[in-house]
Amino acid sequence: MTKSELILRLAELNPHLFQRDVERIVSTIFDEVAKALARGDRVELRGFGAFSVKRRAQRTGRNPRTGEAVDVAAKAIPYFKTGKQLRDRLNGEETPETADDKA
Amino acid sequence: MTEQTITRAHLSEAVYQEVGLSRNESAALVESVLDEIADALTRGEMVKISSFGTFSVRQKGQRVGRNPKTGQEVPILPRRVLVFRASHVLKGHINNALAAPSSGTSD
Repeated sequence: MTKSELILRLAELNPHLFQRDVERIVSTIFDEVAKALARGDRVELRGFGAFSVKRRAQRTGRNPRTGEAVDVAAKAIPYFKTGKQLRDRLNGEETPETADDKA
Repeated sequence: MTEQTITRAHLSEAVYQEVGLSRNESAALVESVLDEIADALTRGEMVKISSFGTFSVRQKGQRVGRNPKTGQEVPILPRRVLVFRASHVLKGHINNALAAPSSGTSD
């Protein structure tokens, strides 16, 4: 599923909304997450997962081909940890909240 | 500079401000976006959000683990795990913003 397919799907579920509003809703959500991470904040979406930023210190790396030492600058990388409910769902264990039938 | 934790409420508020639907409907839509993503992943689909990142499901085989406390061997059953790969755009965005004000490394 791509972002545009997600937008189409939501537009289908919400026929009273203009598609351009659905686009703005989806973009706003991901923009907010990106902005929060850029501030160094954490984004916690219970049941879904949490986004955070991990910082990597500056280090001396090596060019694997030549063996030459190179400085690798400090950097920050976005990290996602899957929420428990979603992790269970992926493995076919419905949590009570969403479980319908065990068939 | 204290870190904040952003939650669904913040996202709903942003949608409310940006799109001008009611607060209730904004919250329902945020939930609906997360649900649709979770549903696709549960079906085993990959979810690609351009300029943000890709969520994909990876199948892990069975392996032998060990209870670290007792040293006892326990089989870890095959399972599916979710992997998120941030796009270059998102990585760049974060690094540009955080590279300048580096106030000590916290890991």
